[in-house]
Amino acid sequence: MVSTATDWLTRLPAPAGALEPIQRRGREALAQLGLPTRRQEDWRLTDLTRLQGLLTLPLAALDPASAEAASAQNVPGPPENGWRVVLDGHSDPLAGVTLPEGVSELSGSELEQALGHTLARCGSAHHWPVEFNHSLASQVLALRIRGSVPPLEVLVGAAEASLSPTRILLVVEEKAELEILEVFLADSGAAHSHLLEMHLGQEARVRHGVVAQGSGDSGLMAHLAVEQEPRSSYELITVSRGWALGRLEPQIVQVDGQASTVLKGLVLTADEQQFATHTTMRFEGEEGELDQLQKAVAAGRSHSIFNGAVNVPRAAQRTNAAQLSRNLLLSDRARIDTKPELEIVADDVRCAHGATVTQLQEEEMFYLRSRGISSARAAALLLRGYCQEVVDALPPLAQRWPVIDHLLEGLEQ
Amino acid sequence: MIRPDAELLLDINDLHASVEAQPILNGVNLQVRAGEIHAVMGRNGSGKSTLSKVLAGHPAYRVTGGSVRYRGSDLLELEPEERSRLGVFLGFQYPVEIPGVSNLEFLRVSSNARRQQQGLEELDTFDFDDHVRERLSVVQMDPAFLERSVNEGFSGGEKKRNEILQMALLNPVVSILDETDSGLDIDALRIVAGGVNQLATPENATLLITHYQRLLDEITPDYVHVMAAGRILRTGGRELALELEKTGYDWVDEEVASTGQGVA
Repeated sequence: MVSTATDWLTRLPAPAGALEPIQRRGREALAQLGLPTRRQEDWRLTDLTRLQGLLTLPLAALDPASAEAASAQNVPGPPENGWRVVLDGHSDPLAGVTLPEGVSELSGSELEQALGHTLARCGSAHHWPVEFNHSLASQVLALRIRGSVPPLEVLVGAAEASLSPTRILLVVEEKAELEILEVFLADSGAAHSHLLEMHLGQEARVRHGVVAQGSGDSGLMAHLAVEQEPRSSYELITVSRGWALGRLEPQIVQVDGQASTVLKGLVLTADEQQFATHTTMRFEGEEGELDQLQKAVAAGRSHSIFNGAVNVPRAAQRTNAAQLSRNLLLSDRARIDTKPELEIVADDVRCAHGATVTQLQEEEMFYLRSRGISSARAAALLLRGYCQEVVDALPPLAQRWPVIDHLLEGLEQ
Repeated sequence: MIRPDAELLLDINDLHASVEAQPILNGVNLQVRAGEIHAVMGRNGSGKSTLSKVLAGHPAYRVTGGSVRYRGSDLLELEPEERSRLGVFLGFQYPVEIPGVSNLEFLRVSSNARRQQQGLEELDTFDFDDHVRERLSVVQMDPAFLERSVNEGFSGGEKKRNEILQMALLNPVVSILDETDSGLDIDALRIVAGGVNQLATPENATLLITHYQRLLDEITPDYVHVMAAGRILRTGGRELALELEKTGYDWVDEEVASTGQGVA
């Protein structure tokens, strides 16, 4: 067991590679920050023993078998109309990949300038999961997108009993269009530390899907920082299931207003799992829009946490934001904590929010049963219907994956 | 169609039921034979909707006394889904909206559950599609409603048509239609009533629960029952409904008051 950050840091291999200075700074920061404690509001509900468990994992080794092991779980072939990049936490993600027209790799001074920029704009550069990734990641997939490019699938695998640090930087230029699907897979006992930064230029459009499928004792810590210029449109659809410990942190900032953001999330937890989603939406200019729906389904003795911050400072007049958190408890031993956090200073805004926690509705169940459908089948139909709303919003690339069936496996009796 | 020798489908005897410890049914007696159409009328709160829910097996209602036999066996010991598979159908007053569940899939699963019970072959997606499209004509329903989520965003009339479509697909033995006429304009009422009439045969029976007599202009009942305070107060023919239309329910209230039979 690792009881202090210093303990853990001393066991890491020496900083190396293109990100060496960042690793060094990240480790210094972690030595200062220490491990999260439950006295910190953001970690109040987290099972910290499991977090410490992640720290005992060795880093993903230079073992070509590891990526394959993780991707052994029914992975469909690469998309026909798109392209795929595989991240495993140690090998060069672009080895053997031909970049499509409109996509180029950021390197040298370009990379140095861009890396960390969006994190700073989101105010999350020194969050623990970010510094954690900083201290580990030795590779970054850094791409510039111009014009309209074919859909990109990023497959992020983690092999048994290892910690896989991955990092992505995407600069989506003015008026460019991108569809990206990130698929996280993990063997039992494996864990991801993932960090993504994305910059959307003016009038850029991005559809971003995240399908995170853990198994057994796996862990996920993912931080997604997104910066939007005016008249850009960003849609993030996240679907997660199967993580013993999961933490997903989408942080979006509209730097000069007039942009549109859609966030839809679905988290399923079962057994003893714990999953936390912390979203932050910050409007720094006028006439920004947000449409957010967060859904959770908690079964067994699991625990699902949602924290949804929306910041509307004085400069963000005529913001139009709606956040809805809907939660379904499948067992009386499961637990759901949901907290909208609206900070509104501007006076001419529309900000709606709401949260519900329910069980399967008796009237819906009775209606289905009165049509000859058994209660188990009725519950399964209702659950599927509940999840479908978010799953259907995933970008088209996700249709190649059996998302809904994986999600519901074992939950439908 | 009254035939004294027709099969006794539903035999309700001194039925008492309560919801949240509040007694609602206080001794209902009713016999329904094959080929018959019964109308149960009464004010709001008289217990007529409760009767329909108890017959369908709603878990919120507790039977505290009496019996209900369906084709000779105890109906009350069956789960709601078993009652449906055996041919008891409840048309809901307020059909439930179920987002994310496709109407077509719902109709297929439900109709296969009944078919299986009847020893018929279950229909796959393609065969069912043909079958359901053919049945749509019973209620003149637009096929577009098959592709939507169950009842979601349907108008009042569309929901009721969807109920009768389910009845047409399930081919029930006893249909209990709870306020099927509520919220319908006259055109929709005629279509829905037309559907019910088409589905009535000498082998099945219908129980119409209604507040108003206008439904009975479209569907001619063999018996009319007036419910009050959780019991059937009077039974007659078609003329009883017309009398109620003229005189209203005041005499019912007086009768209940004079016999001291509020909640017995």
